[in-house]
This record gives sequence, C-alpha cells and structure tokens, in this order.
Amino acid sequence: MTDSKYFTTTKKGEIFELKAELNSDKKEKKKEAVKKVIASMTVGKDVSALFPDVVNCMQTDNLELKKLVYLYLMNYAKSQPDMAIMAVNTFVKDCEDPNPLIRALAVRTMGCIRVDKITEYLCEPLRKCLKDEDPYVRKTAAVCVAKLHDINAQLVEDQGFLDTLKDLISDSNPMVVANAVAALSEIAESHPNSNLLDLNPQTINKLLTALNECTEWGQIFILDCLANYMPRDDRESQSICERVTPRLSHANSAVVLSAVKVLMKFMEMLPKDLDYYGTLLKKLAPPLVTLLSAEPELQYVALRNINLIVQKRPEILKHEMKVFFVKYNDPIYVKLEKLDIMIRLASQANIAQVLAELKEYATEVDVDFVRKAVRAIGRCAIKVEQSAERCVSTLLDLIQTKVNYVVQEAIVVIKDIFRKYPNKYESVIATLCENLDSLDEPEARAAMIWIVGEYAERIDNADELLESFLEGFHDESTQVQLQLLTAIVKLFLKKPTETQELVQQVLSLATQDSDNPDLRDRGYIYWRLLSTDPVAAKEVVLAEKPLISEETDLIEPTLLEELICHIGTLASVYHKPPSAFVEGSRGVQHKKLTARAGSGESAESPDVGLSGPSEAPPAVIPSQGDLLGDLLNLDLAPPTATVPSVQPSMQMGAMDLLGGGLDSLMGDESDTLGGDIGGSPSMGGGLGVAPAAMPAALGGAPAVGGGLGDLFDLSGGVGMPTGSYVAPKTVWLPAMKAKGLEISGTFARRGGIIQMDLSLTNKAMSVMTDFAIQFNRNSFGLAPAGPLQVLTPLSPNQTIDVSLPLSTSGPVMKMEPLNNLQVAVKNNIDVFYFSCQYPISMIFVEDGKMERQVFLATWKDIPNDNEALFQIKDIHLNSDAASNKLQGSNIFTIAKRTVEGQDMLYLSVKLTNGIWVLAEMRIQTGNPNYTEMELSIKCRAPEVSPFVFQCYELVLKN
Amino acid sequence: MIHSLFLVNASGDIFLEKHWKSVVSRSVCDYFFEALERATEPENVPPVIPTPHHFLINVLRHRIYFVAVIQSEVPPLFVIEFLHRVVDTFQDYFGVCTEAAIKDNVVVVYELLEEMLDNGFPLATESNILKELIKPPTILRTVVNTITGSTNVGEQLPTGQLSVVPWRRTGVKYTNNEAYFDVVEEIDAIIDKSGSTITAEIQGVIDACVKLTGMPDLTLSFMNPRLLDDVSFHPCVRFKRWEAERILSFIPPDGNFRLLSYHVSSQNLVAIPVYVKHNISFREGSSQGRFELTLGPKQTMGKAVESVLVSSQLPRGVLNASLSPSQGTYTFDPVTKLLSWDVGKINPQKLPSLKGSVSLQTGASKPDENPTINIQFKIQQLAISGLKVNRLDMYGEKYKPFKGIKYMTKAGKFQVRT
Repeated sequence: MTDSKYFTTTKKGEIFELKAELNSDKKEKKKEAVKKVIASMTVGKDVSALFPDVVNCMQTDNLELKKLVYLYLMNYAKSQPDMAIMAVNTFVKDCEDPNPLIRALAVRTMGCIRVDKITEYLCEPLRKCLKDEDPYVRKTAAVCVAKLHDINAQLVEDQGFLDTLKDLISDSNPMVVANAVAALSEIAESHPNSNLLDLNPQTINKLLTALNECTEWGQIFILDCLANYMPRDDRESQSICERVTPRLSHANSAVVLSAVKVLMKFMEMLPKDLDYYGTLLKKLAPPLVTLLSAEPELQYVALRNINLIVQKRPEILKHEMKVFFVKYNDPIYVKLEKLDIMIRLASQANIAQVLAELKEYATEVDVDFVRKAVRAIGRCAIKVEQSAERCVSTLLDLIQTKVNYVVQEAIVVIKDIFRKYPNKYESVIATLCENLDSLDEPEARAAMIWIVGEYAERIDNADELLESFLEGFHDESTQVQLQLLTAIVKLFLKKPTETQELVQQVLSLATQDSDNPDLRDRGYIYWRLLSTDPVAAKEVVLAEKPLISEETDLIEPTLLEELICHIGTLASVYHKPPSAFVEGSRGVQHKKLTARAGSGESAESPDVGLSGPSEAPPAVIPSQGDLLGDLLNLDLAPPTATVPSVQPSMQMGAMDLLGGGLDSLMGDESDTLGGDIGGSPSMGGGLGVAPAAMPAALGGAPAVGGGLGDLFDLSGGVGMPTGSYVAPKTVWLPAMKAKGLEISGTFARRGGIIQMDLSLTNKAMSVMTDFAIQFNRNSFGLAPAGPLQVLTPLSPNQTIDVSLPLSTSGPVMKMEPLNNLQVAVKNNIDVFYFSCQYPISMIFVEDGKMERQVFLATWKDIPNDNEALFQIKDIHLNSDAASNKLQGSNIFTIAKRTVEGQDMLYLSVKLTNGIWVLAEMRIQTGNPNYTEMELSIKCRAPEVSPFVFQCYELVLKN
Repeated sequence: MIHSLFLVNASGDIFLEKHWKSVVSRSVCDYFFEALERATEPENVPPVIPTPHHFLINVLRHRIYFVAVIQSEVPPLFVIEFLHRVVDTFQDYFGVCTEAAIKDNVVVVYELLEEMLDNGFPLATESNILKELIKPPTILRTVVNTITGSTNVGEQLPTGQLSVVPWRRTGVKYTNNEAYFDVVEEIDAIIDKSGSTITAEIQGVIDACVKLTGMPDLTLSFMNPRLLDDVSFHPCVRFKRWEAERILSFIPPDGNFRLLSYHVSSQNLVAIPVYVKHNISFREGSSQGRFELTLGPKQTMGKAVESVLVSSQLPRGVLNASLSPSQGTYTFDPVTKLLSWDVGKINPQKLPSLKGSVSLQTGASKPDENPTINIQFKIQQLAISGLKVNRLDMYGEKYKPFKGIKYMTKAGKFQVRT
C-alpha cells in the first residue's frame, strides 16, 4: 500500500491509461490517478499531456485532491498557458470560500502560476485576501504580492499592492508582519532605488514587537531588515541592541547569526566607554561558540563568519581558542577554517597551546590539511615574535620526519621567517640543504634557491648547489627560473672570483634561450647592471629588504566593514562583496558600517548605491535594428562607416581606467596564505617584476582621455556656459564636529571650470587663520587647482564665501558612491575631514556633442547589458524646453524625432575623463497630463548611469 | 529564497525534485556531482557550491544529500536550518528518513514540501501544525482511507498556526497526564597522548515528553542555574523570566520537544569520566607493531560507565591485527582499517584491556601518523556538569500530573590522541 508503485510504471501507453483513470466516475480512482501523475512529475517525467484531464478534477470538495491538482497546475501551467485559463474560475471561486484554508490555498496557488493571462485575474482576489479578516489568509497574500511582483512588477505597482503591503507592517498579527517584511525585502532587492522599506522609529518599534512573537523564520526576516536601519543616536542603537540580544539564545542558528549581525553593526555606534558596550561584547561570545557544536555544515558557515568577526573585533573570542581545536573526524572544510581562525587568535598568551596543536595536525593523514598546518606554524612565528624560536625548532622537527610534502612546506615558511627575523636563525640552513634533493614542487625549490642565494656567503658549496639546479634550467617553472637567476647574481656579487662562469651561463640561458619576457627582461637588467656599474649592481641587488609584515591575509578594511554588514549571507561565506557574485546584483546596495557620529551625514550614507534600475519597465527602445534604421533614415545623410571606428577604441581605454585596474585594487579575495604574499621570493632582489595590479594609467590618463576627446570632437559645438543648474549650498561639515568651523558648499561649472563654492563660518570664540584644503583621491581625479583663498583671518561669527577652482588631473581612485569626494580642511586649530557628493554634471565637458553617425555607431556598439532605464515623473516641459535646459548643463541633443505623439531626443554627454554617456529620452507630447519622461542611458561604464540620470532629473526639475 | 530542492542518493541519482518557483533544470546538480567526485569522503562535500547562476547548499543526512538551489542572496544558515527541518519532518512522519521511505510516501512528501515553503518562504515547519494539515501515514489510516475514500489531509485550519502559542494546539486531552524531562549531556574532549586534557566541553540538552491536557503553564527551576550561561531555548520559553529569575517558564508544545540546549565551555573545569592507557608502537624495519589499550574509570561520581565502544582508524600500512580483549569483542576491517572494540561495562576492579600485535603490509614503512582513539560511553543517572533540577510546577490546570526527570551523560566527540 505504498506510493513506490507509482515509480515502477514506465511502459508505453501509460499516459492513455492515466487519461482513462482521470476521467473515471469513481472518486477514488480519480484520486489514485492524480497521485500517479504527481509521482511521475516528481521524478521528472513529462505528464503535461494530461493537463485538461487533471484540471477537470479541480472542482472537488476533496481537499487532498484539490491540493494535488494545484500542485500539478503550478508545475505545468507555464507550458500550457491557454489551458491554465480554464482553471481561473475555480480559483476565483475558491478565494471566496468560507474556509480560510481554502481561500489561502487558492491565492497561494494562483501566485505560483506564472502565466501572464492569469495574473490579471489574480489582482481582485488578491486585493480582497490582503484585507481578509483571517490573518492566515493575509499572511499568505503578503507573500503572493512578492510572487506577483516577480512575474509583473509594473502591475503590482499600478495596483497599489506595495502600499497595502507596507500597511501590513503595522498589522496586529506578528506572522503577517514578518511575511510582509519578507515580501518587501525580496521586492526591494530587485528595486534598489525604491524606498520600499522606509524604516523610521515607529516601524522599528513595531518590528521589534513582532520579533518577540513570530516564528523563527519570521525573526530572521525581521532581523535582516533591522540591520538596514540607521539609528538616529546611540541611545536608540542601545535600545535596539537590548531588544535584539535575547535572540542570541534562540535554538535556530540562522536567527542567532542574524542577531549577531544587527549587534555587530549597531555596536559600532555605541560609545566604547559605555558599560553596556562591554556587556554586549561579553554576550556575543557564547552564542558564537555554541554554533560550533552544531552540524558540520552549520559550523562551516559559522566559521566563515567568525573569521570576519575575529578580524573586526578580536576581543570577543580571544579567550575561546580551544573551541577551534580540530577534531580528527571534522570534515576537511571545517578543519581548514578552524586552522585559519586559530592563527588569527594566536597571541603570546596562548601560543604554546597553539603550537602543540599545530604540530599534532602536521602528522595527520590529509595532505591539504597537513600543508596548511605547517604553513600555520610559520605564520605563528611571524605573528608572535616570542614564539619564533619554538616555531623554528618545531619546523626542524617536522623536516626530520622526511615526509616529502611536510619538508617542502616547512622550507617555504622558513624562508618567510628569515625575511621577518634576519640574522637570527640562519644556523638551520645546513639542515635545509640536506633536503635539497627531495624538493619537487616549484614553490619549495624557489624558496630553497632564494635561501641559498641570500646566504651564499655562509654556504660553502653555494655555487655547487646552484649549479646543480642550473642543469635542468629549461624544465623548471618560471618561478624557479627567476629565482635561480637572481640567486646566482647574488652569489656572483658576493663571491665574484669563483663564480664568473656560472653567472655568464645563467645570463645567457635567461636572455638567449628563453622565450619568457619576464625572465629575459630581468636577465638583461642584471646583465647591463653588472657590465656598467658593479657597485650599483651590488647596491640594487643586495639592498636591505624591508621586513615582511605579520598579518598578510587580512581583508581590506572597507571590504571587511561591508562584509560585517552582511554577516550570515552568502557574501560573508565567500568574503566577497555581494555585488561581486550574486545574480541580479543590480539590486544589492553597498553597505558600510557607520561609526558613531553625532548627526548629519550618517543618516544618508548607505542609501545611495551603485545600482542600476529594475528591469521591469517596458523597454524604451523597442529593438536595436528598428531604431537605428529609423535614425539613419531621419538623418538623410549617407551613413559612413569609417568615422566611428576610432571612437570606441578610445572609449575602451577610458573605461578600463574606471573598471579593471581599480577593481583589482578594491580588494580581490586574498585567500592565499600569509607567507605567499609577504615573502614572495621574486621580490627578493629588489628588481622583481613589478606587480601587475598597479594601474599604470592612473594619474595621467584622464588628461589624455580629455585630449583625445578634443581631437575627435568634430562638431565643435561649445555649449552655452550660462544657465547650468547650481544646487543650493548644504552644510558639509557641522560646527560641532569641527571645533566651531562650519563649512557649507556646493559645486558649479562656470565657463568650463569646475568650482567648489564654499561658505566658511566661524562659530567658535577665537579667530581662525591658515586655511588650506586637500582632496583624497577620487573617481574623476578632482583636485584643487589653486590654494584656498582665505586671505583675512576669520573672526568669530563671521562668514566668508570662497570659490575654489578645481582641475580633473588629480589622482584617481574609484569611490563609493562614485561621486563621493573626501575633503580635508586645515586651519590653525586642527585638520578636519568631511565628505560630500558632487553632481556628476560638474564633469560634463562643453564639447560633449557627438557626431550623429558616431552616436549611432557607438549606441550600437555598447552592449545592451549596459543599458539602463529610468523614469522621471512630474515634468511639465516639452521637448524643446527640456533640450535647452539640458544644454545648459552640457547635455547635448544630437537628434530629435516624433513618433506617435512622443518626442524622442537623442542626447550625449562627455565626462572629463573621456567617457561618453549616450541617452534616449522619450517625452509624451499629446497628453498634457502625462508628465512622465522615460530615459534610457547607455554607457561603456554602466556604473555612472544612475548618477547621470540623477543629473538629468535635477536639471529638468529645476 | 529557496528555489528548488533535489534529493540525491548515495549512488548519485536524483530521485526527487521540488520547485517552489520556476523550474530549475536538474542539470544544475552537475556542479554538485563535480564537487562530490572531488571530495575524498562523502562528508567532505563543501556545504555551499557556487554555479554560474545559482548557489547549491547541501546537507548529507541518512546517506541522502538534500541539495537546495538558491538564486539570490539568502542567508545560508537559513537554508541549512530549513533542510534540517525537512529531514526531521520526514523522520517524524515515516520513522526513518531513507530513499525507500521517501519513495514509498512520495505524495505525502510532496504535500509536506508544498506546505513547508511558499514561494521559497517557510510556511509551516512546526511538526505540530504539519500533522494537523497532513496526517502522518499509518497502516491503519491507509486501510481506512482505502475503504472509506477519506483523505489524509486535514480540513481545518490548524489551530496553532496563528495563536500566540503557535507550537501548541488547543483541545489536547489525555487520560494520563505526564511530563518527563531528560537531561542529556555529551562530553566533547580531546585528550593528548600523555593523558592530559587539551580541550573538553559539555553539550547538554533537556529533552521533554509532555502529555498534558489543556493549556498547562510549567515552571522548571534548577539547584545551580549558574552553570547555564550559554543556552538556546525552544521558542516557548519566556526569556525575560529566565533573565530575571533564572527559572524556565513555558507553555509546552504537545509531545516530544527539545526544551533547551546548553553549552558548558572549556573554561570551566569539565570532569573526564574515563582514562585510556595506550601503547601503540611500530619498530623501524619490522613488520610487526605492538598494540596495548587499557580503559579505566575516573571522576564518575560512583556511577558505572556503560556501553563503552572504542574505535580507531589504524594507519594505512596496517595489514591485520591479532588482539585479545579481556572482555567484549573486537573487529578489524582490513579494507577501511577501522578497529572497533565493543567493551560494554567497565568494571573498576578488573579493567578492560585489548592487547596484541598488528602486522604491517610487507614492504610498508613505519607509519607516519598516530591513530586517534575514539571512545563512546554512557553513564546513567549522572549529569557530568553537576546540573540538577530543583522542582517542576504546573499552573493553569487543575489535575496533578505525573512528573519524572532522568539524567544521562554520554561521550560526544571524545578523542584520545596517541
């Protein structure tokens, strides 16, 4: 009497049989048949042919049969949309059923049927269910809004469901609140700019109340939502922390970790001297430790997060070293993570224990783990100076075991120890040399060669040793070849008499017989150095090397802060910002920890993300081909294909500047071990290959870009310098944060020069003098073109207005957000720092009018993925007025055409660094009440699009 | 949220799939199979596997991989906890969670999964509520259903679903009212070769079986509540009362549930109830090694150590073992090299020992690694942390329930290095 019988039938004619059974008069037979169908579906068999027959069974009083039919519908409605319509009536009827279970079931199932035609019918029942008297129905309906939004976002907005959903946050039932929060969070993810989860103290209070009473899953949603809130002051953060703390004792580990996230984030805003701060720190340790006694996969996620927490606040777990000790039957992924955290927590106080453990691990079976353990010993030596001696002797013991991979790892880390503590442990070199023959891994060979070269004067037979490596020079990996070259040159400089032949041999091998450019170049450099000025060669090659730092694999601080805000998520497991890997990252906002700040700035900071718009609104540009054809026809001029070819290549260069190079600076995952980075032997000679990551173009490139732009600017149309919109001044630096100095300001572009208009007010009691200003590196290389002209001293209560001309030739670094500018102002009292955001229109240059053909070609050339759609509402302008207004801010109209009562403007903008931003704007002209503009922006560096859009909006609305 | 779920058996076949949103092709599991192939042991498959468009989060339970597919940023712990809940529910419904059991009840499984998630959001995961929505299959019910044509799907809205006490249904009735509590402690420890404790901690739980009529309100107090500084509660426990008075006050769910779990950390002194004397040595050049193991009780507060089971993974070079136990039986699997010795009860007067020789494969060199010894044991009527329940009171109902408390200490991950 089991269901497994459903799995057995695969014979021909099965579908026919089922069809007959489904149409049987007997209820029982029908149900059995539907069960068989479901079973086939479960294992992936295609039973879609039975669609009409199954739907016929839907009209039934039997709840189980109904559920089974619903299950079937959800699976196959997509492939049979026309048939699915047949089911609509029953759904609508079921939504009115007196039994709330059936009402909820119906609205739930309808939402799962991803067929456009059905969604239209869904709206009315859904609206009713959202206001249903039964909370079970309401909470089901809340989730249904999220489903519908996924299918047709526009419909959900037009129908006002989002507002209803927001109202549900104030529902009396905690489960309804939790589901509304979950639904809104999911919608917000694909809708980054919308202010869906508008959190204020009242809603926060409601959420905190619901938090106590809803299910564990609801608690996770609410806590994750709370983590996005920005408390107004430290009292509010403390009170939220107090109400969240009990969640640390929840049995569900996901609740615990989400609570940890909220606390870690809000703790940042508490004053460190507060008693409560210390209490909170103490409360965080036990739940984290408890997570480690759970199942291995939970442990893994917990450990990845603890890794972040330990880097941010090592004090929380500093006494808990022992819980990270490895059990021999832990899965390998847990072992490796524990080891990593052990090293982070290692300190003078516990180093003895840690070393004993590491030594134990080095005799285990698993090769990866043993290797990492040996490396860990080296990292301990580098991290805790007092332990270095013990570490070295432990490593020597391990080398004595003669286990091949242990010896190799040990040699690699000993090389790093030499780098950290020069002239201390060189006595062990003899032991190392004994194992020369057993080394077969490039890294270990390179390390050993480095050691021989570095200490050539103390090793009697250094020349013989190196010569032995030279025999198979061409079979070695590049790493070893480079190292061998450097080592022999070092040897030559130390013992010139007996090694001349050797050095000539290696130089000719490297320069003549190798086709590796790195090796050749290094060979030539040595050769020339040695032949022209041996003294200089000595100074360069044998220069004293900088000590390697102790912690080499720390996550870069800004990334760490972002990840702390994402504790418990995939981002925290991968130690990468969410934008780097999650599908649909358009929706992910960059978060950062906000440190305790009095007021002002902090409130707005996290909202502006680098995120594109939702993909929901219908495409403004119907299809590439059509549009381009139309535009070409409109132009009348014969299309020339030659001009645009130059343009894109220049674009590419400019875009690289923003993209590739900088991203690599921003922090790739550095999973490599400490030893690797610090002691990379190729750096040894001081002449190592320059690290490729350094974007060589950084400083000078924007100027070059601009210059190129000039060259190719064919239209020569210089925009009118007047009429550009200047925002009113806002306070950038409040007086209370700057010992009485208040700075407010704005940006303006006058006659092609960017100016920062500042008002300095002295609200202190004493006179201020000696003003100076400096900018941090920023996205577009803005820098003061002259000194800050405050000639007279600033007396108390006096205000001075200054205009600071800016250039765009300063150093470049990608900022977050893109238009952020960090400023330091100095006066006789102190140095003050603040950051402000400039409208991106400041860097729109006057010669930004693109040639029509170039526009067409460029538009076509930019991949569609880079296209971003925006809407501007409440604009009462016709296309000409808009065009004029935009021109004032260096946004140029290339062409205009009218299609079906809509004006289409094609616009171009050029940034100071040569990036072009193209746009198509659609304006409704026929209907005066319709005041929406649709804007579609294309750019090779899509991250600027939202900012350009902001400018459009700003200019058009003012 | 959770997009889809695939169940994969030990031989790597997908035998069930369920999608809560649009259908994700089962080819997405290829990434999982790749990881499975790379892993040396079935347990070593990484829990989170990235693929170009999705993330796969998997847990291995009862030799079945539960592979969840997610598409957007979802807390991985949330997914893992949910998968655990799925496993627990299957076990609860079918007695065992095996491929056969799932296939036998595929329709119920499908109904359950549908009820547990809606659009990837958890809907009903409490076993109490689920059982009201979908009745667990029993032989009797199957027979009755076939005869009468009734179903195993509940017609009523589950009562607990929306009340303030979602974990308890209303209208519970028993003729015998009873409440049993089991205090079970597991010792996780690593002992080094000299016999000193490297780390030891206690994972404790209080499991309850409460069969009480109506809406009883219970309070449980301890003699020494200070021991419990790191606790996780069942949602029914009133946290404020605990914070203020260190008393557990709660309206219990009906039936079996875990009231709380706690953790006594390595910083407190943890008593170690057994010791091991061992001598496992191999001589260079000889194909024979010596093996001696003796167990003895230590810090057991006078209670007997029972159900002792010793196991050890011997080095790969070992060919066979010829040992003689003073009590119990031992087995050695020459393929997996796993030695296990079922000792039984430790008699303090006559300590159990296992002595003899192990032979190495011809030509194999002296093994590098030292085997770790894993020990399991049970001690009845003892909570090794010293935790003691003071009293249990019931309010809100008039009858007098029967109450009982049991203590037990077990070995968790108890490892002795040699």
